[in-house]
Amino acid sequence: MNHPILETARQQVLEQGIGLTEAQLVDVLRLPDDALPAALELAHQVRLRHCGEDVEVEGIISIKTGGCPEDCHFCSQSGVFDSPVRGVWLDIPELVKAAKETAATGATEFCIVAAVRGPDIKLLNQVRFAIGRIREEVDINIACSLGMLTRQQVDQLASWGVHRYNHNLETARSYFPQVVTTHTYEERLETCAMVKDAGMELCCGALIGMGETLEQRAELAAQLAALEPHEVPLNFLNPRPGTPLGHQDVMDGKDALRAIAAFRLAMPRTVLRYAGGRELTLGDLGTREGLLGGINAVIVGNYLTTLGRPADADLNLLVDLNMPIKELQRTL
Amino acid sequence: MTDRGTQRAAGPYCGLCGKPANGETHDGGGLPPSDTHLKCARLLMLEPPRFCVACGRRQKVQVSPQGWWASCSRHGMTVSG
Ligand code: SF4
Ligand SMILES: [Zn+2]
Ligand SMILES: [Zn+2]
Repeated sequence: MNHPILETARQQVLEQGIGLTEAQLVDVLRLPDDALPAALELAHQVRLRHCGEDVEVEGIISIKTGGCPEDCHFCSQSGVFDSPVRGVWLDIPELVKAAKETAATGATEFCIVAAVRGPDIKLLNQVRFAIGRIREEVDINIACSLGMLTRQQVDQLASWGVHRYNHNLETARSYFPQVVTTHTYEERLETCAMVKDAGMELCCGALIGMGETLEQRAELAAQLAALEPHEVPLNFLNPRPGTPLGHQDVMDGKDALRAIAAFRLAMPRTVLRYAGGRELTLGDLGTREGLLGGINAVIVGNYLTTLGRPADADLNLLVDLNMPIKELQRTL
Repeated sequence: MTDRGTQRAAGPYCGLCGKPANGETHDGGGLPPSDTHLKCARLLMLEPPRFCVACGRRQKVQVSPQGWWASCSRHGMTVSG
């Protein structure tokens, strides 16, 4: 028998393409385990109808690792905590090599990430140079994630051909002050708004399993939906040694799957990407269930400071599931 | 391909937590071997080695989509296999 919220979602989200409200999302997140397969199946149908069957594949790389002045309590790259991650700058040839390897997997997206509050001139110069070199040698879309931006920096990145910019909300507004104290939610929203104004695609993600309540998880999904991002990368906390959240338990796999379904039902048309922590939280079986439960994009291979499943494991899974990899679209 | 935690365990120190690999203190006196690092070994499937297995120093580590390298100031570079 179907749960009432799933009947509502079928009408509202699947048929009309209208995402669930915050209160409705709480109901999805509270569904009992025996309703989970039906929730995932509905989320999958929503994704197929409103996004299509393609899966967008992306590789990410850290151009500047560690030593960040911010204090995001989940992050091993914050210089505020006693984490084993040391500062490293990646050189351009290595970056180009990584872009080539990423493109060889069939990925259409390559995201250059730096652990900073916002970029300084040195970093922007390095990024600009890297973009030029990648363009010369590799056919792939380039995205960036360089922290909070000024208007001028947003315009610079857009003019260099950065087509998408990542800046996460991470958690609900009501929980944010417990996770980050060195900048505000509003500052994050400002960067997100400027990115959209400049015509770049906004990639704005979530990190769940940090001790937030189900209500706060629903709040986050609704706050993301209100931003209408092109993409939402969904991360699950991988507790990092030395950080304030280092002793947090790994999130329950079923709760993670409920969240996947809920995020899809909140945002029927958004690219919903599997990002960090899924290996730990969901394992191989859960990875498959998520791809059949609303996810339509993956990060292949490793993350910024941790390792992922081998790219082949994900690519073979897509073949098994009969899901085509999204092709590079030339819009220029 | 990424080296998923094979030879990284081979050394007097644990690549994940940087402590002596067999539970010994390496100060001349020894403690019985422990299984403290079994969890570390498992976690090294999803982590690059942050500590040098030869000396326990913290390494510089760069992760890329298809691999990683780690560099110890004394013992040089290890690259994923
Ligand atoms: S701003 Fe980014 S790199 Fe810096 S501590 Fe926060 S999450 Fe980590
Ligand atoms: Zn250890
Ligand atoms: Zn060493």
